[in-house]
Amino acid sequence: MKLELRNITKRFGTLVANDNISLTLEPGEIHSLLGENGAGKSTLMNVLYGLLQPDAGEILIDDKPVKFSGPGDAMASGIGMVHQHFMLIPVFTVAENVVLGNEPTSKLGRLDLGAARKLVKEISDRFGFDIDPDALIRDLPVGSQQRVEIIKALARDAKALVLDEPTAVLTPQETDELMEIMRGLAKSGTSIIFITHKLREVQQVADRITVIRQGKVVASPSPKASASELASLMVGRDVDLEAKHKPAKIGKASLVIKDLTVLDDRNHQMVNGVSFEVHDGEVLAIAGVQGNGQTELAEAILGIRKVHSGSILVSGNDVTKSTVRQVLESGLGYIPEDRKKDGLVSEFTIAENLMLDGSFTPPFAKGIQIDFAKRNEIAKDLIQRFDIRTQSAETLAKQLSGGNQQKVVVARELGRELKVLVASQPTRGVDVGSVEFIHEQMIAARDSGKAVLIISTELDEVLALADRIAVMYRGKIVGIVDAKTSREKLGKMMAGIAA
Amino acid sequence: MSKVEVTPGLFSQAEVKPSLKATIAMALISLVVLFSFGIFGKAGDVRFVWSEKREVIQLPDLTVNSMLFCTVIASLLIALTLLSVVFNRMKKLTPIWLTCLFGFFAIMALLAWLATGAAQGVQMIFILSNTIVLAIPLILGGMAGIMSERVGVVNIAIEGQLLTGAFVSSVVGTMTGNLYVGMVAAMVAAALVSMVLASLAIKYLVEQIIVGVLLNVLVIGITNFLHSAWVDKDRVNLNFPGTFEKIPIPLLSDIPIVGQTLFDNRITVYLMFLIVPTLWFILFRTKLGLRARAVGEHPLAADTVGINVARTRFWWVTLGGMVAGLGGAALTIGNVGSFGREMSAGQGFIALAVVILGRWQPIYVTLGALLFGFTIILRVWANQVSPGIPVDFITMVPYLVTLIAVAGFAGKVRPPAASGQPYVKG
Repeated sequence: MKLELRNITKRFGTLVANDNISLTLEPGEIHSLLGENGAGKSTLMNVLYGLLQPDAGEILIDDKPVKFSGPGDAMASGIGMVHQHFMLIPVFTVAENVVLGNEPTSKLGRLDLGAARKLVKEISDRFGFDIDPDALIRDLPVGSQQRVEIIKALARDAKALVLDEPTAVLTPQETDELMEIMRGLAKSGTSIIFITHKLREVQQVADRITVIRQGKVVASPSPKASASELASLMVGRDVDLEAKHKPAKIGKASLVIKDLTVLDDRNHQMVNGVSFEVHDGEVLAIAGVQGNGQTELAEAILGIRKVHSGSILVSGNDVTKSTVRQVLESGLGYIPEDRKKDGLVSEFTIAENLMLDGSFTPPFAKGIQIDFAKRNEIAKDLIQRFDIRTQSAETLAKQLSGGNQQKVVVARELGRELKVLVASQPTRGVDVGSVEFIHEQMIAARDSGKAVLIISTELDEVLALADRIAVMYRGKIVGIVDAKTSREKLGKMMAGIAA
Repeated sequence: MSKVEVTPGLFSQAEVKPSLKATIAMALISLVVLFSFGIFGKAGDVRFVWSEKREVIQLPDLTVNSMLFCTVIASLLIALTLLSVVFNRMKKLTPIWLTCLFGFFAIMALLAWLATGAAQGVQMIFILSNTIVLAIPLILGGMAGIMSERVGVVNIAIEGQLLTGAFVSSVVGTMTGNLYVGMVAAMVAAALVSMVLASLAIKYLVEQIIVGVLLNVLVIGITNFLHSAWVDKDRVNLNFPGTFEKIPIPLLSDIPIVGQTLFDNRITVYLMFLIVPTLWFILFRTKLGLRARAVGEHPLAADTVGINVARTRFWWVTLGGMVAGLGGAALTIGNVGSFGREMSAGQGFIALAVVILGRWQPIYVTLGALLFGFTIILRVWANQVSPGIPVDFITMVPYLVTLIAVAGFAGKVRPPAASGQPYVKG
């Protein structure tokens, strides 16, 4: 099937999310759509999938124009989509999810789950997926959930498959396996649109590349283009992919974790006897695939999640049972993994967000009141120092771009006297320019003698920042290794294989 | 290179002892039964009456010494409590069947104690059949609740739908002289109330709880107004429908106990027998149900496979209203025989609670509603067999039993994930 998007334009109010974008997908080809977060990739795909209606332009299948008023139409035309956030129902089985919307039935409208199981089994076997049709989605690891999504699309006879940031949640090994799967699918005639912002993957698998920036197609480089070439096209200027830093000047251990065990809300043991130390003047990065206990670890350090057993020391003080405020006052800065949920109050202004953790003490507080003059002065200073692009300190946090929102969080945490910085996914969903800036700030914090703990699922980020790398797998530290360790070895550790 | 050793059971449930709350409550109740009803209970005999006079097959009455009976029951209760302790030691939750059995025995002891020395004895048929009849509005209201919440709409307006059904069935039934017409009118009227909720909540994204509450107030206002300004002035021609005839099912209705309880009832009861399993079948065995549940769990996911979320929600909520309307009709033409001001008396809200108690499952919700029906009849009956007894206190007992049952469910209760959340496309 040949798929063509011609001159697609989509506006949201005054924002032009897609500006006259054209794209062709030949049968059996892997076409990579490269662009930063917010460049308009997802909007374009939602238009293709019938979730959004374009303001102008048309979609052609085998040179005939088609019109999709909903995902149902798109699917009927042979387009399948694997969304970045999986569209699976956690309490349903694999088979139920796969047939949902397209259910085989026997007499009386009775659901024919036998047929559904057979369908899943057949597709799963054909591509070597190893998926149990009767497993509940919520019990499956993300990698398998993604395969269920692919099965779901194939079960509907998808001839063109859209994969939206499919590797964001995968280990390096799972990513390699996905690449294999993609090649296999392409060979069997399925065309693939592969949306990503990871250059390495594009180089590895793409037959053709289209780069989108600020809603426009900016280039169609050859698949042999170098990473830095692709990066500058994506960002629009030259980018330094490697953060440079001076050798670490290591001091005393300011953050000490001993035999820490933490449970999640359902009493599952998510952190299991973890021990490590972070010294002044070094960056320890915790690498690992999402969901291996990093979230719970970070929450336990801050004190918003109860510690089951073990201890946490911040510059020599035991804070295991301390309140969050006590932990903050002991000199710990915390950048949460989800800025929208835990890092900011999106309905508050920038100035208000910048004082969230210090509202009860001077300089922000004057008696029981807020010292507004002082607050505005500090806000102004931080906005300038941390390069927060905004008209004024009174702008609501929700109106900022992801990168600027994250800078507000970083500014708040680094804006006060710290001994230890804990940063969880510090650059998730942030544009490349802001990534550079935030990384510089992390390194600056380290160089000024703070102990920095970075928790990241992005191996690139870990390698760019870390002095030492601890790899976490299923709640345990697989090993703590030097920053010069090879990707392959780290990848294996992330899958639980110790060196 | 070696695989890291991963403790078995890691990422699965950590070792947390199940709570002893249910077990402790059981122990306390066992002791109450043992001492208050048994050892220091009422002297005299209690008579269990299994059959009514008009029945073909007569079961002999069972007359036992009240204190002895309650002591025996108490020892059974203690045995069950110990079994629950054993489960707890094995780090397992007390199973549902155990709590149900416990509840059954405890209630038998309560009945025996209440009826000690009373001439009429424990009239099983009377108690059981009234339990069912009184539970119908709760059951059908509960089914309406399930039908809305399973697709992700919180239906606070069940109370209003019951009241609408009660009013319309009575008035239309009287005016047309045909109760079946009244019943259908009730269902249509309540479905219309539901439609208002559905369109405001789904199309215009108005906060569902607020719409629901407003609808309830609105229906109370309208029915009260119509009742005093119109219906009450000409009761005979407007509010005197009478009730459906009882339809005994041949042969089945002759089975002792079960026959009189289940198979000699009005059409409203039989419809309930039909609706509950049908709803269960549709929800869990058909594609309609799979889609409905998908919409209630993850509407965006449902949308991406081509399911029309708004339409699905609209029709399930509307049809739910129809079922609630039938429940309202059961209040008037299915039981009392005329409409009274605000006669739904909060049963719509109890139905909502029962939906949660019954975990959004038609069968469990029905069982829960029956328990509430039982408390209503217990109140009436307790007053007859032992006048002067603190009835309010006695009616607490079934609720206590419920609490234990709920404690047994605890941790497993999980509403549909998208319940109460409007879905905006794109």
